[in-house]
Amino acid sequence: MIEKLVIANRGEIALRILRACRELGIRVVALHSEADRDTKYVRLAEESVCIGPPPALESYLNIPAVIAAAEVTDASAIHPGYGFLAENADFAERVEESGFVFVGPSPQTMRIMGDKISAIRTMKAAGVPCLAGSDGPLSENTNEIFRVASNIGYPVIIKATAGGGGKGMRVVHTEAALLNAWQQTRSEAQAAFGNAQVYMEKFLERPRHIEFQVLADSHGNTIHLGDRDCSMQRRHQKVLEEAPASNIDAALRKSISERCVEACRKIDYRGLGTFEFLYDNGQFFFIEMNTRVQVEHTVTEAITGIDLVKEQILIAAGEPLHYTQDSVELRGHAIECRINAEDPTTFAPSPGRITSYHQPGGPGIRVDSHIFNNYVVPPYYDSLIAKIVAHGRDRQQALDRMNGALQEIIIEGISTNIPLQQKVVEDPALQQKPQDIHYLERRHIN
Amino acid sequence: MDIRKIKKLIELLEESDLNEIEISEGEETIRLSRSLQALPTEPTKPSALTVSNDPSTSLKKTSEVGQGAVPILSPMVGTFYAGPDPRSAPYVETDSAVTIGDTLCVIEAMKIFNQVETEITGIIRKILKNSGDPVEYGETLFLVEAPTEEITV
Repeated sequence: MIEKLVIANRGEIALRILRACRELGIRVVALHSEADRDTKYVRLAEESVCIGPPPALESYLNIPAVIAAAEVTDASAIHPGYGFLAENADFAERVEESGFVFVGPSPQTMRIMGDKISAIRTMKAAGVPCLAGSDGPLSENTNEIFRVASNIGYPVIIKATAGGGGKGMRVVHTEAALLNAWQQTRSEAQAAFGNAQVYMEKFLERPRHIEFQVLADSHGNTIHLGDRDCSMQRRHQKVLEEAPASNIDAALRKSISERCVEACRKIDYRGLGTFEFLYDNGQFFFIEMNTRVQVEHTVTEAITGIDLVKEQILIAAGEPLHYTQDSVELRGHAIECRINAEDPTTFAPSPGRITSYHQPGGPGIRVDSHIFNNYVVPPYYDSLIAKIVAHGRDRQQALDRMNGALQEIIIEGISTNIPLQQKVVEDPALQQKPQDIHYLERRHIN
Repeated sequence: MDIRKIKKLIELLEESDLNEIEISEGEETIRLSRSLQALPTEPTKPSALTVSNDPSTSLKKTSEVGQGAVPILSPMVGTFYAGPDPRSAPYVETDSAVTIGDTLCVIEAMKIFNQVETEITGIIRKILKNSGDPVEYGETLFLVEAPTEEITV
């Protein structure tokens, strides 16, 4: 069993991991930058180590500092949370080489799933449906590029192999625009990621984003924990997530879940993982896999009653899964709203002192947040400051409870996206049924 | 010998009343001894460095450590060693004279020993860490006092 665990992250997820460790009786070492010294989760931890100055590159992304901190505190495991080093296979490898347990899959699996082309190839081989595409890096022969595009059928999207976070991609609607778009994406990819390699895929106009949660131990047991709809996005950043995904054919859902479990077995996957899909016209298309805990894991926890972070740590400790597929029961519906420190109309980050904070509550409401009265939101990191999760017997009750919570919550001193979240939750079309991934920008953001 | 094992031994020494421990394991031998400076001062007698409101002792404090003492901060998280490796003699001691660029200690992180150099020329007034101590980023390791006219007068 793990006796002492290092949390190599900050903010709400650091607090979330700390809470799981409390229940498991694991002592915690909270790593922090100089900017996060005065936070509650750092003080709650048994030990804390300052690993660097505020910029993430010199602290939370500083691999030698993170590993040295684990060494000086005699910890046995490192939990990377999400973001920062969570999907860095080199980091995972160095953690293991230094004799620590990495809370996540093996570095080899991370490497396969971290490269978009090899991830898609692996999933195809495992029978997971993918979008029609160039099936590997796009040729540099222009005739070949035209041929690939017309085989896929316009519109197509050209993406950087090394891309991510919505950067390095371009939609092409006509043959006339193809070569120009290809050139631009290549030079953009070279500038942004130092790698000009691109690939091509079918572009879906109005798909939904639906993802499947899986959990696999190191003894060959793999289960899925249902799906989530994360279509409410702004610039590829999720804003509101729900579980389960509504209006999906039960047989299709079952078949995709089983394909995901099968894929995990094929790649010898270990830990918590998410298969992300685009859903359009009754069909699923795999886009990528996340090999870590996700921000929106909370909605799955609400409907399954399973503590995903605890399970993730137990798996890392070598324990077999405590659940079988048959023992997983989905109950009701859950919605998560991400509360960001940003202007609700311009989306400019809004760091600064929170002069007043009042947390919502009541039946079915959970709040995961590291903020408190007089907490200063530092300007160096992600703007996520709280997650409100509403659970109800059905989607409508979850939406109603979320609506109430958004009216109750008070955060003063900084700007937040609470007004935007209120508009989204009260949106009549969303109330009726889930919308596509461009809906939020189309309807609520100019 | 594993650094973690050495760290454990240091903790053992610190918790005990012993002044020295020597352990042999196969061909390796390690001897740890308390330096006199690290020994706690007599608890009954308040030391010159005890924080006090009495102006005379405050003055004494400034004359000992000096108002011009500059803290040398740890550039990284890791394990502090006063010498080039855990068994060697320390680079500097209290009252050593140092010039810019002189190595003061090493911080071991991920089995790599990183030298910490002084950014000022002066006299080591205080060493705040013992070999084997874990240090955080930004922790004060030494106080170095630049030679000023007040001191030479």
